[in-house]
Amino acid sequence: MKRDPGLYDYLPYDRRPKIRWPNGARVAFWLAPNIEFYELAPPNNPTRVAWSRPVPDVLGYSYRDYGNRAGFWRMLETFDRCGVRGSVSLNVAVCQHHPEVIEECAKRGWEFYSHGTYNTRFVFEMSEDQERSLIQDSIDTIKEHTGQKLDGWLAPALTYTERTLDLIAEMGLTYCCDLFHDDQPCPVKTKHGRLASIPYSLEMNDAIAFSVNTLSPRAYGDIIKRQFDRLYEEGADSGTVMCIPLHPYLVGQPYRIAAFEDALTYITDHDRIWLATGREIAHHFLTHDFDAFARASSPVGEAP
Amino acid sequence: MSLPPDYLKYPHRGYGMDHGRYIWSALPRRKKVNWPGGALVALWIVPALEWFPLDMKGKPFKPPGALVTAYPDLRHYTLRDYGNRVGIFRVMKVLDSFGLRASVAVNAAVAVRYPSLIKACVDRGWELIAHGLDMDHLHYEGLPKDDERKLVEDSLGILGRVSGQQVRGWLSPARSESFATLDLVAGAGIEYVCDWVNDDLPYAMRAHSREIYSMPLSNDMDDHTILIQNRHSEESFTQQVCDQFDALYSEAIRNGSRILTLVLHPWVIGQPYRIGALERALTHIMTNKGVWSATGSEIVDAFASQAQGEVHA
Repeated sequence: MKRDPGLYDYLPYDRRPKIRWPNGARVAFWLAPNIEFYELAPPNNPTRVAWSRPVPDVLGYSYRDYGNRAGFWRMLETFDRCGVRGSVSLNVAVCQHHPEVIEECAKRGWEFYSHGTYNTRFVFEMSEDQERSLIQDSIDTIKEHTGQKLDGWLAPALTYTERTLDLIAEMGLTYCCDLFHDDQPCPVKTKHGRLASIPYSLEMNDAIAFSVNTLSPRAYGDIIKRQFDRLYEEGADSGTVMCIPLHPYLVGQPYRIAAFEDALTYITDHDRIWLATGREIAHHFLTHDFDAFARASSPVGEAP
Repeated sequence: MSLPPDYLKYPHRGYGMDHGRYIWSALPRRKKVNWPGGALVALWIVPALEWFPLDMKGKPFKPPGALVTAYPDLRHYTLRDYGNRVGIFRVMKVLDSFGLRASVAVNAAVAVRYPSLIKACVDRGWELIAHGLDMDHLHYEGLPKDDERKLVEDSLGILGRVSGQQVRGWLSPARSESFATLDLVAGAGIEYVCDWVNDDLPYAMRAHSREIYSMPLSNDMDDHTILIQNRHSEESFTQQVCDQFDALYSEAIRNGSRILTLVLHPWVIGQPYRIGALERALTHIMTNKGVWSATGSEIVDAFASQAQGEVHA
């Protein structure tokens, strides 16, 4: 095992090249709804159990299922009213299970990127061949069902191996969402290809806010506004990124949607923001900033 | 290092669900539902009357509200029992003042121990929902099937005998089921189950070779979830219930009738400093036209009387 992931060099926030987003935007703002399928009785992974209760965990399973049956559709109305697109963090098996959900996203021009096959299949302890096959499944399934080239990766249930980011870069993906070390995109050091880390934010993630930190809906709206205000202020100097990762089974609950819509409206009422997808942010960064960021970074010293 | 080859095989990867209990269906693509009298929102209030035995085993897990300390945990035992002695009567008084009836989920142990409490519910026109034997007899995979069948039969037998009602609804303690629970309760005559939280409307489930209904009893609109688990304030509880109502009410105008469900634990919401939070939420809800105070059975019957089926866009 390594003591340092070896995925990025050190680049302090106050001493880096300036990012200039299109049209003078201060913040590249993107929304990442996680559209997921959790299996009722998944196979065992030795590192992690899928459900907190014994299978069948009817409460846990049905709470997630709410997202596809009801929550997604409520969230969709909010996105439409605010005029925003999603970049879908997709368990690609949803293409087979619930094609109606995929169609609604596709016809609005949303991006699809991969969040693995199911949220109940974990990558920990996979062999290289297994992991390649998992990534290829996502590339093929998203191409077949949406026509899109797969560009982004958020590890299923945040499970990985040491080689995950090398493999996705080698297999043609352009960005990952698994590194939480920055508020701007950063180069990822991979063996092949050019991979950008795009800020995704666990802090703004509704699953962390509601299920871990147990925030009320209005408190969640408040932290979203505060996060945005500061990134908007800092973005006057160099472009920042704000992501709100969402789960339709959580934010799509009736008692939560109005407070979220209020916060989203607050953000979209600002002029100098770029309503982007993950792919668009990655493309801009890879084209304009990646090399300068890589050159400005310094290798870290060996830990004692 | 490698996972077993089967780990990347997906036998259920196809259209719909990965099991055969119900069909996949998106809420806005169904035929609109209309409640009796043109009501927009059915108000379905479900107090839970629970008994947590002093010698709790917590098998296979401790349910929400379980006792905490070493034996004898008098502290938590008695605080839970407060709900059955005091809190529930505060809840009754509030609901009576608004002219609302409840559907009360009852552990059979409560019915045996406090028959006068059951009579007070029945006398109010409340419906009784079977809520298992007690909070230390969970239904789970691994429990021998004959034992689980006896749990179901005992729970329904006791509740029917004490209340005189034909019990139609089931809520598993802690909403925990085995793979057989739905078949067992359907086989014992249950017509609707309240454990699954995947919808805003009833839907048909396959159980014991027939159809029963899943009733959408939210686990979020629950005083224990909001006040104890999430540690939100009483003001926030009121706000969240009102926000839930407002969202459902405005959807109902556009998309067809909805249900506001509210699970109440009398040991939680029935505290003197908390009961006002319920009153304030109900005051907001009842100022709106088109609210139908209904029991679980009334909602199921109204739903079943309307031809259902998915509408494909």
